[in-house]
Amino acid sequence: MSQYEKILLKNMEQPGYTGSLAEYEQAGGYQAFRKVVKDMQPDQVIEEVKKSGLRGRGGAGFPTGVKWGFIPKDHPGPKYLCCNADESEPGTFKDRQLMERDPHQMLEGMAITCFAIGAETAYIYIRGEFRLGASILEKAIHEANAGGYLGENVLGSGRTIKVYVHAGAGAYICGEETALLESLEGKRGMPRFKPPFPATHGLYQKPTVVNNVETMANIPHIINRGGQWFAGIGSPPKSCGTRVFCLSGHVKRPGNYEVPMGIPFREFIYDIGGGMRSDKPIKAFIPGGASAPFLTPEHLDVKMDFEAVAMAGSMLGSGGVTVMEEGTSMVWAALRLMEFFYHESCGKCTPCREGSSWLVQTIQRIWNKQGRDGDIELLSDLCKNIAGRTVCAFGEAEVGPIQSTIKYFRHEYEALICEAQATMPRNKEIPMLTL
Amino acid sequence: MLLTKFKKEVEDILSRYPVKRSALLPLLNLAQREEGFVSEPAMRDIAKVLELTPPQVFETVTFYTMFNLKPIGKFHLQVCKSLMCALVKSDEVVTWITKKLNIAPGQTTPDKTFTLSVVECLGSCGTGPMMQVNDDYYEQLTEEKVGRVLDDLARDGNCPLKSGPFMYPLPVAKP
Repeated sequence: MSQYEKILLKNMEQPGYTGSLAEYEQAGGYQAFRKVVKDMQPDQVIEEVKKSGLRGRGGAGFPTGVKWGFIPKDHPGPKYLCCNADESEPGTFKDRQLMERDPHQMLEGMAITCFAIGAETAYIYIRGEFRLGASILEKAIHEANAGGYLGENVLGSGRTIKVYVHAGAGAYICGEETALLESLEGKRGMPRFKPPFPATHGLYQKPTVVNNVETMANIPHIINRGGQWFAGIGSPPKSCGTRVFCLSGHVKRPGNYEVPMGIPFREFIYDIGGGMRSDKPIKAFIPGGASAPFLTPEHLDVKMDFEAVAMAGSMLGSGGVTVMEEGTSMVWAALRLMEFFYHESCGKCTPCREGSSWLVQTIQRIWNKQGRDGDIELLSDLCKNIAGRTVCAFGEAEVGPIQSTIKYFRHEYEALICEAQATMPRNKEIPMLTL
Repeated sequence: MLLTKFKKEVEDILSRYPVKRSALLPLLNLAQREEGFVSEPAMRDIAKVLELTPPQVFETVTFYTMFNLKPIGKFHLQVCKSLMCALVKSDEVVTWITKKLNIAPGQTTPDKTFTLSVVECLGSCGTGPMMQVNDDYYEQLTEEKVGRVLDDLARDGNCPLKSGPFMYPLPVAKP
C-alpha cells in the first residue's frame, strides 16, 4: 500500500506483536535507553534531539529539543515530565494506537526524556475514556519496573525514574498543556496565563516538560539512529520525520497511516486512503484536527508539513485529516464542530465562554432556516472578537471552522438565510433557540 | 466508608503525588466505579482524606463530563456525535438505540439497565460510528451490531464485540 519506511508503527505491524516487554526488547527495544545511560550526558541527548528537528506531535509543533533546553539545569528541587495522552482533538486517534499496541516505545522515550531533563517523576495524563489504554500502560510500566528500566536505580545508574498513569475525566481542554497541569493538580482544568511557561513554573510550580505520546515514541529512534538521520526524513529543515496521520470521514480506507511529512494531501487521501468511498468528489477537508480551518480541493497538492499547511491558511495541528464529500452541508459541518467547542469551552475567558454560545446559537438558527440578514456579518464579527483574546489557543481553534467555511462556502450560508427570509412570517417574533 | 473499603488502593494513589489534591481525580474515579456515580457522602469522604473543603471537591467534579452526579443505569451507552462520527451517520446509531430501548438521550430504561447519552468526540474517528459502554468501546457500528451488543449486555452483562487494543487498519499478512 505505502512504500514508505515505518518507524513508529514498525513493531506493531509485525504479525502477532502484542507489545509486551519481551517482544519490544527482541525488536531492539530499550537499546536507546541503555546507550543514553551508559554513554551519554543529558546535554548530549538534548543536542541530539535538537539536531533531529523533531517538533511536538500534539498540535502546536514546538521544537522538542528546544523545549527540553528551557528546563533550568541548576534547579535544586524536583522536575517533572508529563506525557500528554489526552488525545481529544476530533479527528485524531493515533496516540490511542501507539499506547495500546506498543506501550514500551513511548515509555522508553519517556525514560530517555527524564534522563535528559533530570526528572525523577513522570505522569502520563491519559483521557479518562481510554480505560483500556490506561490498563495496558499500567501493565507495561509494571513490566518496565521489573525489567530495571523504570523505578529506582534504573539500569544500575543510581537514578530514579518513576512513571505513573493519571486518568482525566472528560475535558477536551486538558489537552492544553497548562490546563493539563491544573487538572493533574486536582483542579478544574483551566489553562494558565503564560508566561511563566511550564519549563520554569509547571507542575506544582516546578520545571516541567509536557510532551505528546507520538513525540515521546520518536525519541528512542532518534537516539538509536542519530538526529541527523531523523532530520533527513520528511520535509526538512522545518518538518522532519514521519507522522502518524489519522484519516477519517468519507474515504474508502480510514485509519492511521505513518508517512514522511511533506507528501501532498492528494497522495495521502487518494493513494493511501483509497480515495472517496462513494466516488463523489471531495468538497472540503480538515487538515489537522477540528481546530484546523477547512481547506478545499484546490489545496489537495499542498504538502503535509507545518509550513505548507500554514501557508495555505490552515494548520497541520494534530494530524487528523477529515474528508467530506460533495453534498455535505458546510453550514452543518461548522455547526457540529461549533457544538463541540461550545461544550468544551472551559469558561475561563469571557470572549470564548460567551462567544462560543453566541456562535453556536447563530449557526444553529441559520441551519434551522431561521437566519436573519446580517447573521454572516455577526458571525465574522464574533470570530474577530474571540481569536487572540483568550488565554489559550482554544479561541483561535473555535473560530477556524466558521471563518473558513464562510470564506469558501459563503453561498451556503446565504442560501439558507435567503430561504428563511422567504418563508418566515414577517410579523412574528423570532423564536428563542435552546441548546 | 468507601475509602476504608479500598484502603490499599487509596494509599497507593496517594503515594504517587507530592501534593494531596492531585489524587482528587483518581479518587473520584474510584468512587464512581464503585457506586456508578459520585455521591455526596463520597465527595465529603474524599475531601476529608485530601484535606480539602467539600466545595473544592464539588467544583472540580462539575468541571469534568465523565462524573455523574446522579445514579445512572447499569450500562452507560455513550454515542459520539462529533463531526467525524456524524459524517458516517452516528445520528442513526442514536435512532437505532432509541427504537430498540425506547429511551431518548438523557434517559434510563425503567429496569435501570441502560442509560443513553450523546457525547462529544471519544477519539475513535476512523472507526466510527462508535459508542462507549462503561469501560469498553464498540466501533464501526451497524444496526445489527448495536442490536447484538444491547442483547448481549442485557443477557450476559458482557459482549465479545468490544474493541481490543486499537489498531486500524490492521496489517495485511504478507504471503
